[in-house]
Amino acid sequence: MEKWMKFLEVNSSRIFDLTIEHAILVGLAILVALLIGVPLGIYLTTNDYLAETVLQIASVMLTIPSIALFGVMIPVFSIVNQGIGFVPAFVALVLYAQLPIIRNTYTAIRNVNPQMRDAAIGLGMKPIQRLFRVEIPNAFPVIMAGIRTAVVINIGIGVIAAYIGAGGLGVLITQGISRGDNYLIITGSVAVAILAMIADGILLWIQKRFTPKSIAN
Amino acid sequence: MITFDKTTKTYEGNVTAVKGVDFTVEKGEIVVLLGPSGCGKTTLLRMVNRLESISDGKITIDGQDSMSLNQTALRRKIGYVIQSNGLFPNMTIEENTMIVPDLLGWSKKDKKERFQKLMEMIGLSGEKFGKRYPHELSGGQQQRIGVIRALAADPPVMLMDEPFGALDPIIREKIQDEFLQIQKEVKKTILFVSHDIDEAIKMADKIVLLRGGELMQYDTPSEMLVRPKNEFVREFFGKDRAIKSLSLHTIQDLQEMIGLAEFDDAIADTKTINVNHDLRNTLSMLLNQEADQVIVSDDDGNKLGAITIDIVQKYLHYEIKAKPAPVLEGV
Repeated sequence: MEKWMKFLEVNSSRIFDLTIEHAILVGLAILVALLIGVPLGIYLTTNDYLAETVLQIASVMLTIPSIALFGVMIPVFSIVNQGIGFVPAFVALVLYAQLPIIRNTYTAIRNVNPQMRDAAIGLGMKPIQRLFRVEIPNAFPVIMAGIRTAVVINIGIGVIAAYIGAGGLGVLITQGISRGDNYLIITGSVAVAILAMIADGILLWIQKRFTPKSIAN
Repeated sequence: MITFDKTTKTYEGNVTAVKGVDFTVEKGEIVVLLGPSGCGKTTLLRMVNRLESISDGKITIDGQDSMSLNQTALRRKIGYVIQSNGLFPNMTIEENTMIVPDLLGWSKKDKKERFQKLMEMIGLSGEKFGKRYPHELSGGQQQRIGVIRALAADPPVMLMDEPFGALDPIIREKIQDEFLQIQKEVKKTILFVSHDIDEAIKMADKIVLLRGGELMQYDTPSEMLVRPKNEFVREFFGKDRAIKSLSLHTIQDLQEMIGLAEFDDAIADTKTINVNHDLRNTLSMLLNQEADQVIVSDDDGNKLGAITIDIVQKYLHYEIKAKPAPVLEGV
């Protein structure tokens, strides 16, 4: 136990920095994934044929082993001299986050009670008014659930990004493995888990805060 | 006024849902679209606010071709009520009710005033319910909100798609009465879809009976019951159509036509009934009572006379069935 304390004392600032680095990498990736995924998911509700294709591609994306996807990124981004580091890791994480976000947005908007939609059209709402006043508010909890899944997945996969030099908490774990240092491995893993729980907790709070009361029940 | 002029709806694959329907809903009247399921009544209703496109023919509203108007503007001028009330769970009762005025850009003050007035109309407190959400209200209250939401921007025309269909019978009857009372005040031109014959008879100034997208008969409820145009109409209203037609007449009508019987004070435990009751309920009461007579009273409780099964039967024979047929124009 004493050894633990000592270890944490010595490494605390490094652990903190790596956690921040991890959070920024994942946070930016999620932000961009949202900007792509939510509008795309909404658009797909108007185009069944494309929806099928896009959702399948996104599913396939999620089945690619993360280490392989990171590996593939290296030669691709080498062309623009960004083979290792932040950029390839960021792009890979954006891709991983797409499926839960697109699929949940698509499903949530599609599953808005058709009678509610009918009423909205019949009362004379334009499509954009219908979307923002009725469909999105009522689909919000399901869309948020997709975002939370994406965040947790990304925090986990973000660990692998250390292998291509993107930093983050993965650094502790990869170093721990190569040096046979259990302290490093455990510290890295626990930090990742705590980060995931905190992020999920914050998002859950946002979800509850902004879900209309009468949908929550 | 809504005029249907050879209005036709054909779906892909040549399925015709509505076949060249012609009729006019006069200003301030309730016309009920009635018929078995799949007869095209809902499709026809939804063609008015262009939730369904018109394949052929046209629909004019107050003389204006519905296709000549912008779709959104048209819908905002037409009140729309659906069966499952379609209230938005993410909005308060006040927000729900004021959607159309809001879309039309009314001021806050106007909206507030209008909301209070509408809530008064249905006997609910605006202060108490305004900030609540739909799920906090009972089914009947929600449906009332659905109705006043359609009335919010004071549209001349209203479309009601089985508005009371999801309610239990007791509440339904109460809301029907309430709505007829409101209609007396607001005098909207209303197209009303129903699959319930009793509801149609009660609510309608005129009924449009449809089968397979074709108009079978367009008439007042009593004409349709007494003089069905063809076998389908006859069968649709059923063997008990004579009894159904009784619900269109009150004891007062009977009293004016053939008078009531003397009542016998000697019979103890006789029920009293208000003179404004309809004859169908009165008949049921007579049958259930297993008494020979029920005493009729006016609003102040004065006994006017007694009513018996025999008298109702006599009225049915002479005043309903044997009424001379109206002179047909152009014949």
